[in-house]
Amino acid sequence: MRGRFPLDPSARPLSAGRMLAYTIQRVFQSAIVLLVVGLVAFSMFRFVGDPIDNMLGQERTMEDVERLRAQLGLDQPFVVQYYKFLEGAVQGNFGVSFRQGRPVSEILLERAPATLELAAVSALLAISLGIALGVFTAIRRNGFGANVIMSASLIGVSLPTFLIGILLIYLFSVKLGWLPSFGRGDTVDIGSWTTGFLTSSGLRALILPSITLGLYQMTLIMRLVRSEMLEVLRQDYIRFARARGLRERAVNFRHALKNTLVPVITVTGLQLGSIIAFAIITETVFQWPGVGLLFINAIQFVDIPVMAAYLMLISVMFVGINLIVDMLYFAIDPRLRVDRTGGH
Amino acid sequence: MVDTPLPQKDPSRLSLALQSDFVYQFKRSPVAVVSFVVALILVLGAVFAPLIAPFNPFDPASLNLMNGFSRPMTPNAFTGDSFWLGTDDQGRDVFSTILYGMRISLFVGAAAVLFAMVLGITLGLLAGYIGGWTETIIMRIADVQLTFPSILVAMLIFGIAKGVTPVEYRDQMAIWVLIIAIGLSDWVQFARVVRGATLVEKNKEYVAAAKLIGRTSPAIMLRHILPNVLSPVLVIATISLALAIIAEATLSFLGVGAPPTKPSLGTLIRIGQDFLFSGEWWILFFPAMTLLALALSVNLLGDWLRDALNPRLR
Repeated sequence: MRGRFPLDPSARPLSAGRMLAYTIQRVFQSAIVLLVVGLVAFSMFRFVGDPIDNMLGQERTMEDVERLRAQLGLDQPFVVQYYKFLEGAVQGNFGVSFRQGRPVSEILLERAPATLELAAVSALLAISLGIALGVFTAIRRNGFGANVIMSASLIGVSLPTFLIGILLIYLFSVKLGWLPSFGRGDTVDIGSWTTGFLTSSGLRALILPSITLGLYQMTLIMRLVRSEMLEVLRQDYIRFARARGLRERAVNFRHALKNTLVPVITVTGLQLGSIIAFAIITETVFQWPGVGLLFINAIQFVDIPVMAAYLMLISVMFVGINLIVDMLYFAIDPRLRVDRTGGH
Repeated sequence: MVDTPLPQKDPSRLSLALQSDFVYQFKRSPVAVVSFVVALILVLGAVFAPLIAPFNPFDPASLNLMNGFSRPMTPNAFTGDSFWLGTDDQGRDVFSTILYGMRISLFVGAAAVLFAMVLGITLGLLAGYIGGWTETIIMRIADVQLTFPSILVAMLIFGIAKGVTPVEYRDQMAIWVLIIAIGLSDWVQFARVVRGATLVEKNKEYVAAAKLIGRTSPAIMLRHILPNVLSPVLVIATISLALAIIAEATLSFLGVGAPPTKPSLGTLIRIGQDFLFSGEWWILFFPAMTLLALALSVNLLGDWLRDALNPRLR
């Protein structure tokens, strides 16, 4: 894995004090990353295209320009402007979309449910199928079915996501006509949240996009579970469990699977962020009205406020997930906690 | 010493190379040979596209809308030449557009990897050799960038660059912006590997010797350390090439890459997707297959190279 917290078993277990220090250090690092991303987003606002140009039309006087400049605070020092930008961003104020003329936060809130529902279903699919297939291929290591699945997963990894989507559309929408090829189907409004979970057309519309989005993560999780499982099945305590006469099922699931879950949970956590990012591709293929499609359209039409807001939003998500995953190590793996290991 | 002609000719560099262990390993691996041949055919097709392609898809004079949507193997309505892989909506020969599209895909991919490689090697050498603050700053940036998927980074850079370039130059600049965007999203791998190898190499005796005879730091880094850290770089470059080709195709497919006037394989797939529903499958199918063959063969070559250059795996 990357340069994250060392999971080296020989490392000294962390005491509560060191744990606290480590947490503070990680939170501090995350804050710096977010400040830097904020600076990038702010610079986009400030220097890519002239905001005055974008807001005032062709017919304008110097007075108009000066007034708007003062109104937007563009005459103030860079640091003050940056601070004001961050202040707005924290309160969810990202300015007005150049293209749609509406507040960016409003557009984002409208689009978020579509992406979150798609990502949630994909993640669920990837995790459940990934773990199931991983366990299967590990237990039946040399079986025919396991070999077929492993070879298929290799092809799945080399196929670009958008081709998988097109392939599924061709097969299930064009040829067989079973499932819709674009959009969310009928949605139901619950407060400000629009959901596709409650109608049959909404659920049917979810199938192809979520498979497309989840397939790559599924193969990753499957291969990880398989290799971890093979590792664990070689351990002594599994042999003892068998010697005790435990049933094969109990050995595989109660003992082996449980111990493979630490790396699986951390990698899955990190993959969650990628699912949101790769949703951009899936949403474009299926014309899914989510945040990713919004972002792609923003790039095509150089809609800077939307781009900056998306960047900030996704950074908060990525940095947050990374932080949580790092902290989760302690919650999941008792070997890292001194108060539990000391007693044995 | 008198120069006497040798009774036998010196073995040439080529024959030495052909007898090397590397070539022996290569010949013994069917996967490597097949993917090398496939990649070679595709690359040659792209390089010699103007000579091979039966039509010039970018010459409006040779296009005729009457030929639009020809199925594969049907003849041209005017000249009787056959369109091997059919034509698209504008009557462009799909086989020819693929050859020209592959040129753009390969060029962008190769140039982006080259850019990432130069940047990554430079920063990696500096970080590993100098250490201290330089190392901390470079590697922290690398860590942060690694948190984000590279395709997202490339999209963002593309978007910003698009905003900065004036509207009338955007189509011309798109290819170069694409190269920079993909290159900048991909340098981290190179920097990390080169830094790691440099940390090992810089404590070896030959570096100490070079320092003793008074060679400067840049000379030591470039002439002495660099050649010794190149073999992992080669492996990463090959795998990166496959990834860069896919990244380019993805961006172009999403409409934030190569413009329709200079279509790459990804742009062709984007165009073809519109006609899938009406049954004109060949407009999408053949570019997609070409992309797959290209990415897969380069990927498999990279995998083989990694094993072949790693003596521990034999």
